[in-house]
Amino acid sequence: MEAGTNGAPTSSRVVHVEVNGERHEREVDARRLLVHFLRDELDLTGTHVGCDTGNCGACTVHLDGEAVKSCMLLAVQADGTTITTVEGLEEDGRLHPLQQAFSDHHALQCGYCTPGMLMSAKYLLDNNPEPTEAEIRKALQGNICRCTGYVNIIEAVAAAAKGEVSA
Amino acid sequence: MSVPELRATIVAPEEQETEVPQRGFVGQNVPRKEDKRLVQGQGVFFDDVKRHGMGYIHFVRSPYAHAKIVSVDVSQALELDGVYGTLTGDEVAILTDPFFELSTPPGAHIQDYALAVGRVRFVGEPVAAVVAASRELARDASELVEVEYEPLEVVVDGERALEEDAPVLHEEAGSNVVWSGSFDWGDYDAALEEADRVVRIERLHFHRFSSTPLECSGALVEYNRGTGQWTMHCNHQMPGIGAIWMAPSLRVGLDKLRFVTQDIGGAFGNKICLHPYFVACCLLARKLNRAVQWTEWRTDQHQANAHGNERTFLDIEVPVRADGTMLGFSVRAIDDCGAFPRYEPLGAIIWAQVTPGCYRWRNIRVDFTQVCTNKSPVSPNRGYSRMQHLWLTERIVDIVAQQLELDPVEVRKRNYVRSDEMPYETPNGCIYDSGDYARCLDIALELIGYDSLEEKRKEAESRRKLLGVGIGSTLDSGTNNFGQSQLVNPELQFSGNNEVATVKLDIFGEIVVTLGTVPQGQGHETTAAQVVCDILGCTPDDVNVRPGHDTYWNSHAGFSGTYASQFAVTGLGAVKGATEKLAAEMKKLGSVVLGCTPDDLELAGGTVRMRENAEAALPFMALGAILNANNAGLPEDLDVTLNCRYVYRPQFEVPDLERKFGNLTLTYATQIHACVVEVDRETGAYEIVDYAAVDDCGNRIHPQIVEGQVHGATAQALGAATHETFPYDEDGNLLTPNFYDYHVPHAMDMPPLKNGFIESPSPFSPLGAKGMGEGGGAGIHATCAAIQDALAPLGQPVVYDSCNPYNRVWELMRDPAASASLVTVESRDGSRS
Repeated sequence: MEAGTNGAPTSSRVVHVEVNGERHEREVDARRLLVHFLRDELDLTGTHVGCDTGNCGACTVHLDGEAVKSCMLLAVQADGTTITTVEGLEEDGRLHPLQQAFSDHHALQCGYCTPGMLMSAKYLLDNNPEPTEAEIRKALQGNICRCTGYVNIIEAVAAAAKGEVSA
Repeated sequence: MSVPELRATIVAPEEQETEVPQRGFVGQNVPRKEDKRLVQGQGVFFDDVKRHGMGYIHFVRSPYAHAKIVSVDVSQALELDGVYGTLTGDEVAILTDPFFELSTPPGAHIQDYALAVGRVRFVGEPVAAVVAASRELARDASELVEVEYEPLEVVVDGERALEEDAPVLHEEAGSNVVWSGSFDWGDYDAALEEADRVVRIERLHFHRFSSTPLECSGALVEYNRGTGQWTMHCNHQMPGIGAIWMAPSLRVGLDKLRFVTQDIGGAFGNKICLHPYFVACCLLARKLNRAVQWTEWRTDQHQANAHGNERTFLDIEVPVRADGTMLGFSVRAIDDCGAFPRYEPLGAIIWAQVTPGCYRWRNIRVDFTQVCTNKSPVSPNRGYSRMQHLWLTERIVDIVAQQLELDPVEVRKRNYVRSDEMPYETPNGCIYDSGDYARCLDIALELIGYDSLEEKRKEAESRRKLLGVGIGSTLDSGTNNFGQSQLVNPELQFSGNNEVATVKLDIFGEIVVTLGTVPQGQGHETTAAQVVCDILGCTPDDVNVRPGHDTYWNSHAGFSGTYASQFAVTGLGAVKGATEKLAAEMKKLGSVVLGCTPDDLELAGGTVRMRENAEAALPFMALGAILNANNAGLPEDLDVTLNCRYVYRPQFEVPDLERKFGNLTLTYATQIHACVVEVDRETGAYEIVDYAAVDDCGNRIHPQIVEGQVHGATAQALGAATHETFPYDEDGNLLTPNFYDYHVPHAMDMPPLKNGFIESPSPFSPLGAKGMGEGGGAGIHATCAAIQDALAPLGQPVVYDSCNPYNRVWELMRDPAASASLVTVESRDGSRS
């Protein structure tokens, strides 16, 4: 229900968001996390949940160009924003160079952290196209991977930055 | 089988009859088939599966580590709009039977249900469940469930649990002991007589942690009222065993339980013991006639799913010669399995796969007791049970070297099983299949620049840092002989092992592979395709390997799953067998069509064709279409299905139960790691500044995947060695119940890893490969050794715990005598030092 004229607290609200180029208008529970809105209501299940404390980064998306953890925001806080999720990374049906580099370098095993890793890595390269290894590590420190030990992830991001990806 | 008998079964490479060409896709880094969907966010994990009108489950969990349940009242929860229903322990006790226990008495008497019945035994234990229209609502409703508890005394320490006045968790078992047994191989007393020195270590402690897969556990469960069948879209990693637990509990046949997986976000053994949760889900789906979905929260996973086994080693005694030759050891082990045994007490025998570690110890005596405490239950965790034992053997080697003032490298080389002794029979009858530990060690040492170690020490000293080097030598034993379970319970009807694959040629010539395994990132689709295409003469792109597992594909057997370092042997053995059957059928069909004998034909270029005339060829599509859709005129007796199922079964015997002797695993991959640490002299803070991991898993099907597994196992080991731990307070509260407190390695924590590989093919496995995914925890052992080496100048403290955060290192520095006093050395003349 919308906030009434009597000043009763709002328990739901209409939000307008643009996600991966598509506009959505939905009424959502005021307490619903952005990640659950993306996953359960927009069926964008590429964004994952790996913790309940904001530590793991599997839910990382871009909100108006900033990398954010979508489990640390309410859906209503995203009202009026433009969001990119992992499903929006491809360009013209081709994998983004980061996506290709992750595959080239075996930077993923189970693939559960991968969407968040890709979004954090993309944010880095968007803002720092030629990062050092230390800068790559720092940019990914909010993303947990339990499979790879990060070795190949760091290599993959470096390769993507240099444009060294397979066709 | 004895070693001579096994040797007789080894076929020399040139005599092996195999359809796998020498040069093919096997052994190459082909692109992973799994990757595209996963980098696009198009994988399907269980939590991505939705059903119309499904309900979300939230468990009401115990805030007490030990308490009687006085009452459970769900009435207020049921009144909330949008709540579909509830389940309580009382209902569970009526509707199900307790899960089958693997142990002999006293553990056999323990009663384990899907929800707590009458008593809670650890914080986070599920007491009731609520189903509602949304995740949030289910959580709200769970807070309206009123549970009245009567707190009981808590025991969180394994040794304390054995004391006579300790609170008993399971009164029906009579004490906290799940299982106990003694193992005595060789002639330990004679070894003591023969020794020049006897090193005694009072106590060592291997801590609790787990691999904490990033995807938590869960399932979407549907119940079909018409057929009485449940479908679980889930992330169970061992459905074969899961069904054996669940079906009798639910009082249904095995075929009523259908497990379906696609992508799984890591498991590492931690998704083997999901049956209590899944039974609760099944009961709710049936009761509410509605699809229900349970997604575990991170805090729930840490508190109440699966920890690795905690083990305390007491009264360790090591007879050695003055030159460092180790004659054996004896130890008393107390294994703490938490509140319920579940997969235990298998851990009470699994360690015996690697009884002497990498060493030629011939005389070993182990007294093993497993106990319950008011902590989270355990389950297999990457390196399961062998890792704890190998940590012990590596600690022994480094402590002996320290006490005898010998070089740990030389002690290892003197005592390692030698490559010319392979296959090597251990004192308890296991057969180490192949390997060259000394060569792996040399490679590791070269990678870290061991020759210039003393200069590095001096350079570090100039920066007020203490530099230390440590080695971890481990074996990843893979492909279990489940007959070892009879060593803990002779009544168990398990032995051997198996895995299944089916390979078919479809109407349009498509090759379709189904696996019995349940991959979680190991790249099974890719490596299976490599094996298939080499046999069928096509490319990996021509092979469609169905992702995940489905019970109703009928491509599984009793031991199906992905666990215990075995896919390269069992899974690919099944794939190879099924593909060879299909290849023979394709030639048979081709011979009928082409009017020749099958021997005149070969498979190449996506066709079956005449060896002597490549023009006379039938494309796969023609074969598939002829048999499946255009078969008029084919001979009546042509026995060809083009849909071939193969069960791979390694050759095992049931172990000799009296002597506890026999071969417990088929392959033994080697990991030799070398770690270099720098410890700050003032604070105990330390950094791993160099690290080398050398792996030998026989023939590598996909080297990049192997290397990735080595990286991951190493990262988990380094995390466990430095920070990851599940400590409890005296009231049984877990102090690290989420990733905020439980610090796993991040990108900035991981040291640069150097990798080396050799390939000692297994003579016993179908492809010469060995399972290797678990590693043996070598990183923990190497880090402990490196810290001990670094601190040596400060008074020879002894690293006695497997987890060494900075504060513990600081304590070792501050009071070296405290840990050093854990060790004594008796000389043959009776003097002690």
